[in-house]
Amino acid sequence: MKKPTFGPWLAVILGAAYFLIPLIATVEFSMRMKRGEYSFEAYRVVLGDPRFQESLAYSVVLALVTIVIGVLLVVPTAYWVQLRLPKLRPVVEFVTLLPLVIPAIVIVFGYLRMYNSQSWLPLTDSRRGTDLLLAFGYVTLALPYLYRSIDTGLRAIDVRTLTEAAESLGAGPMTILFRVIFPNIRSAILSGAFLTFAIVIGEFTFAALLDRPAFGPYLQLVGANRAYEPAALAIIAFVVTWACMGLIQVFGAARGAASKT
Amino acid sequence: MTPGERRLSLDTSAAPPSRPSLPALPWAWIGVTPFFVFAALFLVLPTALLVVGAFQTADGEFTLANLRDLTHPSIVAAYWISIQISAASAIGGAVIGAFLAYAAVGGGLPAWIRPTLMTFSGVASNFAGVPLAFAFLATLGRTGLVTWALANWFGVNLYATGFNLLSFFGLTLTYLYFQIPLMVLILTPALDGLRKEWREASQILGASTFQYWRWIGLPVLWPSLLGATLLLFANAFGAVATAYALTGSSLNIVTILLYAQIRGDVLHNQNLGYALALGMILITGFSNVAYIWLRGRAERWSR
Repeated sequence: MKKPTFGPWLAVILGAAYFLIPLIATVEFSMRMKRGEYSFEAYRVVLGDPRFQESLAYSVVLALVTIVIGVLLVVPTAYWVQLRLPKLRPVVEFVTLLPLVIPAIVIVFGYLRMYNSQSWLPLTDSRRGTDLLLAFGYVTLALPYLYRSIDTGLRAIDVRTLTEAAESLGAGPMTILFRVIFPNIRSAILSGAFLTFAIVIGEFTFAALLDRPAFGPYLQLVGANRAYEPAALAIIAFVVTWACMGLIQVFGAARGAASKT
Repeated sequence: MTPGERRLSLDTSAAPPSRPSLPALPWAWIGVTPFFVFAALFLVLPTALLVVGAFQTADGEFTLANLRDLTHPSIVAAYWISIQISAASAIGGAVIGAFLAYAAVGGGLPAWIRPTLMTFSGVASNFAGVPLAFAFLATLGRTGLVTWALANWFGVNLYATGFNLLSFFGLTLTYLYFQIPLMVLILTPALDGLRKEWREASQILGASTFQYWRWIGLPVLWPSLLGATLLLFANAFGAVATAYALTGSSLNIVTILLYAQIRGDVLHNQNLGYALALGMILITGFSNVAYIWLRGRAERWSR
């Protein structure tokens, strides 16, 4: 039986309109800076702003640090749980889901109480300490996505056989982890890494409340004081998000093709 | 959590005896120690400290006064408007997202629609925060494109009709931008789980489309639908950046209030701030526990 496709088409067209109109409007708005003509003036101003470059560079470095810490924390844990402690899996999964339960603003509020200058570990006393705390905070925020991505990757390979094969060839735990497991789940790690990057790069709450000069607070500051530059920044942020998601698709497709062969 | 248990029993049955040279338990636990230490330091303890603080006076004595002070009208109002916005954007996002996902999965549309929608949903569900607020200001703000188009092409002055982007309705409309795609992403696998055979079988037995949905489709889908709605609710409830960039501190939602409290102790009582955070944890915690429970029910059908 051929179904009428009028309803589905209507849903898709209305959905597309709702999602595309704000993007079109933002592009249009961002080009209105010069009176009476369309120009890329707002982009030129934004890209030339030293605070834009500094805050973006800061957030990019922070995102990379977050990815390194997160991957080094999650891969060995997920690997070990799969290999030796399968009974622990529900517990670990529960912990990785907690950041979805506890709002980010509550977590950072807890940091400010736990790591303030009078506490046992006064991380917020120094800039480097606060940067580190921020990176740990972002690892926490990314944990649900990073863990799920890596765990899925680990389940797709035969962890036990790979480990035993490597052991019988005389490899130690570090060699197994870094030269056998990591390369085998590279696409899963990269997917998780790009998602983490997309989360960290524009994050506002943690950075603002820990008072660090990241890209999110910079966006907010520009939004409060300027007219056209925020629209240009929104388009730039959208392009960055697209790039991250596109790269996840590329690596996800590579993984799908690899698992078929 | 049926699948978890199933996997678990599978794994243990397939596990070979651990190497005799190492005592199994302590070594095995050392492998996960960094993770649990990290989770304790940067997730559990900071939150637990707030919860403890909610039951303390400024001098550290036990008290329930902070919880009682949460019933102050301005705080109750903040929770209430947060709950309303989260519920409206969750239900709206769930209904619209479900229709969109169904249109793409079972609507008989060209094949390229589905992957396009999924990719775009991945992007849009992550396009939240400050940039999203900018996009909606450029669209529906006082000088936004749609506001302008309505005034010039249709003669409708949007802001004269009482519409305001910096309001309950405006914020809900903005939140839908990431809520609808999130619903599409969560629900599509569940829709894939609706087997074609069920529909064909019901048709052979003479069921109408309505009867199919009433007696087969919705009973199978409802845990997924309701669970996803609850996840969307928690997602909107904890959001700060979009609302803050859109409205500054003019809209009295609970995350904005907590933000102001952390920044400058606007409640003039640190411990009341902790109680405010505790209230948020309880609300998002409840909706997430319900989500996990419902997801467990929903997964029974996807096998």
